[in-house]
Amino acid sequence: MQTETHTVLSVQGLSKTIGQREIVKNVSFEVKAGEIFGFLGPNGAGKTTTIRMLVGLTRPTKGIIRIGGYDLSKQFLQAIRQVGCIVENPELYPYLTGRENLQLFARMTEDIPPARIEEVVRLVELQNRIDDPVKTYSLGMRQRLGIAQALLGKPQLLILDEPTNGLDPAGIRELRSFIRHLSREEGISVFISSHILHEVQLMCDRVAIISQGEIVKTGRVDQLVGSHAKVEWMVEPHHAGVEKLRGLPYITQLEVLNNGRVLVHMPMEKIAETNQALVAEQIQVSGIRPYQQTLEDIFLEMTGGNSIA
Amino acid sequence: MHNLVYNEMLKLVRKKRILVITLILLILIPIFTYAQYHTTQNAIKQLGTSDWRAILQQQIIDQQNRLASSRVPEEWKESIKLNIQQQQYYLDNNINPTAPGAPTFIREFVEEAVSLFLPLLVVILAADIVSSEHSGGTIKLLLTRPVRRWKVLLSKYLALLLSVSFMVVLTAVIGYLVSGMIFGYKGWTLPVLTGFQVQGEHLITDHVHLIPQWKYILMAYGLAWFSCLAVGTVSFMVSVLVRSTASSMGIMLAAVISGSLLGQLAPNWNALKYLAFTNLRLTDYLEGEPILVEGMNLPFSLTVLTVWSITSLIVAFGVFTRRDVLA
Ligand SMILES: Nc1ncnc2c1ncn2[C@@H]1O[C@H](COP(=O)(O)OP(=O)(O)O)[C@@H](O)[C@H]1O
Ligand SMILES: [Mg+2]
Repeated sequence: MQTETHTVLSVQGLSKTIGQREIVKNVSFEVKAGEIFGFLGPNGAGKTTTIRMLVGLTRPTKGIIRIGGYDLSKQFLQAIRQVGCIVENPELYPYLTGRENLQLFARMTEDIPPARIEEVVRLVELQNRIDDPVKTYSLGMRQRLGIAQALLGKPQLLILDEPTNGLDPAGIRELRSFIRHLSREEGISVFISSHILHEVQLMCDRVAIISQGEIVKTGRVDQLVGSHAKVEWMVEPHHAGVEKLRGLPYITQLEVLNNGRVLVHMPMEKIAETNQALVAEQIQVSGIRPYQQTLEDIFLEMTGGNSIA
Repeated sequence: MHNLVYNEMLKLVRKKRILVITLILLILIPIFTYAQYHTTQNAIKQLGTSDWRAILQQQIIDQQNRLASSRVPEEWKESIKLNIQQQQYYLDNNINPTAPGAPTFIREFVEEAVSLFLPLLVVILAADIVSSEHSGGTIKLLLTRPVRRWKVLLSKYLALLLSVSFMVVLTAVIGYLVSGMIFGYKGWTLPVLTGFQVQGEHLITDHVHLIPQWKYILMAYGLAWFSCLAVGTVSFMVSVLVRSTASSMGIMLAAVISGSLLGQLAPNWNALKYLAFTNLRLTDYLEGEPILVEGMNLPFSLTVLTVWSITSLIVAFGVFTRRDVLA
């Protein structure tokens, strides 16, 4: 009972078969109150398909979805009342103004006072353009109106499907801080899908990684990524350098490239220590290049070399 | 529920659907009015008289000539014979069937418009009422509210019924106001014949009686309204089944037009009478226009249209409430 109140979204054994293909396979995870949960996977992994099931647009082939303790398939109205969502693109009625769109959706939910519309408009900072037709909005403004729409019913859980798609870097930064604000100040849980590792690293508390319809890993973001970075070393003499690096206990993989370059998997914080060790052996280090870890790297690591997609 | 219906009406109005319908009526009705005026003037000129008896007599002679021609197919001949009988009846009973006036115009207009013109307007209103939510992606917002799916769909259907009803009234009102400018606004109480029955080759006049024109107009528009609702309901189902607005509009246009054409082109093809859109000319039964297809009468047509409507609704609600929203 205790965990029930702290888990906003619980998904157990969720599967979806379309035609002959199983697109989502036995997916389970939990989203706790107030956390930002990342749903990370490459394109075509099944993120959108999963989200469609979470918001009741499609019926799961198997599995149970509970939102705020309500079973989505049995108590749809109570469960969906807890959710605000944008599935894929923020599509609203282009021929209505922003305000008319919000009023229209407010009329579909009980107990949304007119003041709440003003509130969400201020929250997403659309006051200046709210009375313009949506067809004149930029993608960023549509995204904000979409979020305003999602927040109307004061949801416990906000579900966003790749919300940074198509936004410029400034827009992405803005969205990131906005989502963090919602989670920290308003206590809303956020479920956010993405195919960009970096984005999830910056925004999320916990993450589930999905590949080909299956969850391959769930955990805290800092535990999952960052521990194993790739670093390229340029060492002279080459052979001695490679031998020295190979001897270091914290280096997990080593790959010899041409032109005296060596690519190793190692923790980022050991770079200075490694450098000292090499210099102490009279090995010259002419270059150190740490690589930003990509989603592919994590997959390679977890699946032992089998490429994704 | 009234909140939901309000939303749907708002969409119809802001999508300018109602405006388009009104504009089409405002453009076409003056054209039809002028055409009517032109025809009457021409007839007067040809006959050299504005005496309606002379016109009627001339029409009877014309039709008798056509009857004598060998080029006219057999099935047309029967229809012509019945027409002659009917016009003779007007003549014998001293009734001017084309008495000018706005009420006469809107009566004749609805009799012609009911098989094609009004159904096309209904298709404009109905064809994208659900499919546009799919093509615009807004279905995802609509179905993730704390509202049951059948309620969402019902609100759309009610909005459609409201706007179709409005459209029928608007047709009468615009027709009356516009044609009255030329024909005058009088003629509501003019006696009109109704109660014709067709049995085999014979026009049965046993039940023929006179009613004031306003009563006739009320009945004609009521029947036209019923036809329009049936077209709207079938369009509604197509709009649920097809996700693209273009295809749902296309399917319905093809269905309505071929229904209207087939009924005239192949009156001997008896199975056609079970199609929805060959049964739209309900006002013909009122008018006494001979029906060529065997077994077609008002109760039959009403039943066919009702069965089609109910089936459409069952399919529409069944599919909409169960279907996965994938795109
Ligand atoms: N309606 C559908 N019918 C068949 N396959 C689909 C359908 N929708 C998506 N898929 C397939 O399911 C897989 C997952 O798609 P999706 O959930 O959209 O992935 P993501 O959102 O992670 O990019 C893809 O391979 C896609 O081709
Ligand atoms: Mg997707």
